[in-house]
Amino acid sequence: MTELNLLYTDVEGDLRRTVRDLLEDRLDPSAVNAMYDGDRTVVDPLWKAIAQDLGLAGLLIPEADGGVGASVREAGIVCEELGRAVAPVPFLTSAVVATIAVAGSGQELVADLAAGSTTAALAVPFTTAPDGPLPALVATKGAVSGTVSSVAGALEADVLLVPVDESDGLAIYSVPVAGATVEAVASLDMSRQLADVSFGAAPGTRVRGDAADSVRAALRAGAAMLASEQVGVASWCLAATVGYLRERRQFGRQVGSFQALKHRLADLYVGVESGTAVARYAAAGLAADDGDSEVATAIAASYCGNLAVTAAEEALQLHGGIGMTWEHPVHLYLKRAKTDQLAFGHPGEHRRRLADLVDLPFGSTEAGERQ
Amino acid sequence: MNTETDVADKLSAKVTTFLAEHDPLTTDRIEFLRARFDAGLAWVHFPMGRGGLGLPPGLQPEVDARFAEAGAPDNHPRINVIGLGMAAPTLIAYGTEEQLDTFLCPLWTGEQIWCQLFSEPGAGSDLAAVATRAVRDGDHWVVDGQKVWTSSAQNAQLAILLARTDSDVPKHAGLTYFVCDMTDPGVEVRPLRQITGEAEFNEVFLTGVRIPDSQRLGAVGDGWKVANATLNNERLAIGGGPVPRESGMVGVVAAAWRASPGRRRPDLHGRLMELWVESEAARLTGQRLRQKLAVGQPGPEGAAMKLTFARLAQRLSGLELELLGEEGLRYDDWTLRRPLEVDFLGRGPGYRYLRAKGNSIEGGTSEILLNIVAERVLGLPPEPRVDRDVPFKELAK
Repeated sequence: MTELNLLYTDVEGDLRRTVRDLLEDRLDPSAVNAMYDGDRTVVDPLWKAIAQDLGLAGLLIPEADGGVGASVREAGIVCEELGRAVAPVPFLTSAVVATIAVAGSGQELVADLAAGSTTAALAVPFTTAPDGPLPALVATKGAVSGTVSSVAGALEADVLLVPVDESDGLAIYSVPVAGATVEAVASLDMSRQLADVSFGAAPGTRVRGDAADSVRAALRAGAAMLASEQVGVASWCLAATVGYLRERRQFGRQVGSFQALKHRLADLYVGVESGTAVARYAAAGLAADDGDSEVATAIAASYCGNLAVTAAEEALQLHGGIGMTWEHPVHLYLKRAKTDQLAFGHPGEHRRRLADLVDLPFGSTEAGERQ
Repeated sequence: MNTETDVADKLSAKVTTFLAEHDPLTTDRIEFLRARFDAGLAWVHFPMGRGGLGLPPGLQPEVDARFAEAGAPDNHPRINVIGLGMAAPTLIAYGTEEQLDTFLCPLWTGEQIWCQLFSEPGAGSDLAAVATRAVRDGDHWVVDGQKVWTSSAQNAQLAILLARTDSDVPKHAGLTYFVCDMTDPGVEVRPLRQITGEAEFNEVFLTGVRIPDSQRLGAVGDGWKVANATLNNERLAIGGGPVPRESGMVGVVAAAWRASPGRRRPDLHGRLMELWVESEAARLTGQRLRQKLAVGQPGPEGAAMKLTFARLAQRLSGLELELLGEEGLRYDDWTLRRPLEVDFLGRGPGYRYLRAKGNSIEGGTSEILLNIVAERVLGLPPEPRVDRDVPFKELAK
């Protein structure tokens, strides 16, 4: 068995530079700040540039269906860079999760997603774990009814992909947002603002039946790609804090020369290196359809979810007073990191799943004594 | 044309030829090892004629695996860790032709075991404060002082030694690096008993030890520079091939969990899974590092790996005792043993718990390693130093 490549390939390096250049050029952190005051004007043009101009909306869609035909290895690079910039675009929710949910369905929607002309979101709460409970709405004669709360990517979406409970299992219906009520909610992370969506006999199209596996595969890829985003968030926090502690002077010296502070950053560096390794392992495993990929995703989700939060919290503390200000971008990363920690399953849920996968189950004491 | 593959193929062919010409099962062990050294298959990244072929170090694990598969005798690397991991690369970097001729081959074959005479009671993390004196006497040096934490000293024929040759200059500038003969009558090795009950380390007393000037490595006064080459190699030692999941401590703890359903509790399970994930993260980080090394991108991340290893070994071995309940209160053996290598998995859980405490102290404390990561990897400024420009003899002791 050949070992999965955990390094970044040259092609992936090129992709990273392309995305980073665009974000540096087109995304001012103050525009993300403005989203907390309700100004979302930054989203559409930035997403259009990424989805259509760079063609990244169709990254995961086969060339035969109008996409790029790349894998989640490349998508992971995009997510890292989007995380590093707390970019407010629906790449993860549309180009990864929604796209995988409808991949191979043969629907026209797939080509529209590939072209970036349509943006979609899977209508599940953002906290839904890959093996967690799924919402199940009802459809009568193609009209969907029900509600789903805390959906990520719904505000940017043209189409909502709705899990519908049918007698023979779960189906996915696509419902144009015009037929749904999408109510934006004040969110901890306004750079990925959530919405409560409700459907009152909304006309929809049945995309696929027997869809539970597709939905779970989409959520698993979402969790793995979120880990890459979290690595990006953590990397920014580390780099920004190292930079600040080299400049900031107190007691007549650079504060980064104090051991008590530099040790915390060294610890963070160790974490970011490990996070990079596990996130790459998850992406490489999914891309290669490796037998270990479910374990790999659970490891990455469990590790990187906490890593990003630690990194953002350390960044804020080590920036001191300026880190508490609205003006300094570190709060944007903290809000993203804390939200991401709960997204696609809390690290604890992923560890619980892992326990079953790697034969380290929690059996009750009584059950154990009976054995 | 992939030249990397080309090089690997040629190397593989060379191993095949060597094994055909030297039957690993019938050739005398030392003769076999010397021939392997002469063929450049000892450490392929060393220069031609010095046991190597001048190839990337990432190619070595495959060579080792081939020899192991063929049932070839090995050079008992675990009892000559200092020799192979530290003395050898330092010799390559600073040794004279004559020194390389004399020392390298018997070092690699294990005919000569090496130890390290660096740390002293007054020079631990602040290694540049070593006080052991070397005074010139014609074409010899006469050495007096005390070293400590010397593993394998009771078994070693040779040692790398850091000694002070000038006390009138600041501490880093007055050091010189030597190869010391451990069989000299002035060398006294005393076991140093540790918290585990065994004496893995030693105190070494040096009294009038005579070292020929031909066994000096590097220039007089360059000892700090030479010692740093040694220490960097200590922390870079990653080596080996892929490590399977649940190797080492995490495997022991996972086995304990599986074996004792009666003692499972939610709090222990939470910690187990957290440490299991962190162990996997460390394993994959190591795998990624090896992949970097194999394509020639070695980084300073070895220090980071050591930090993680120490932390995990300590937390896992502590958890193991808790998982074992009453059994965790027993200890396998307090008798004063003199082991030549650390045997984590062969000893009991109490030993593992106690021995792991040393992981964050030996080979650079975790605090010093954090400094190294912060200063050399992240580029943060060092703490101001009060002793940097003061002659050694004027420093407060």
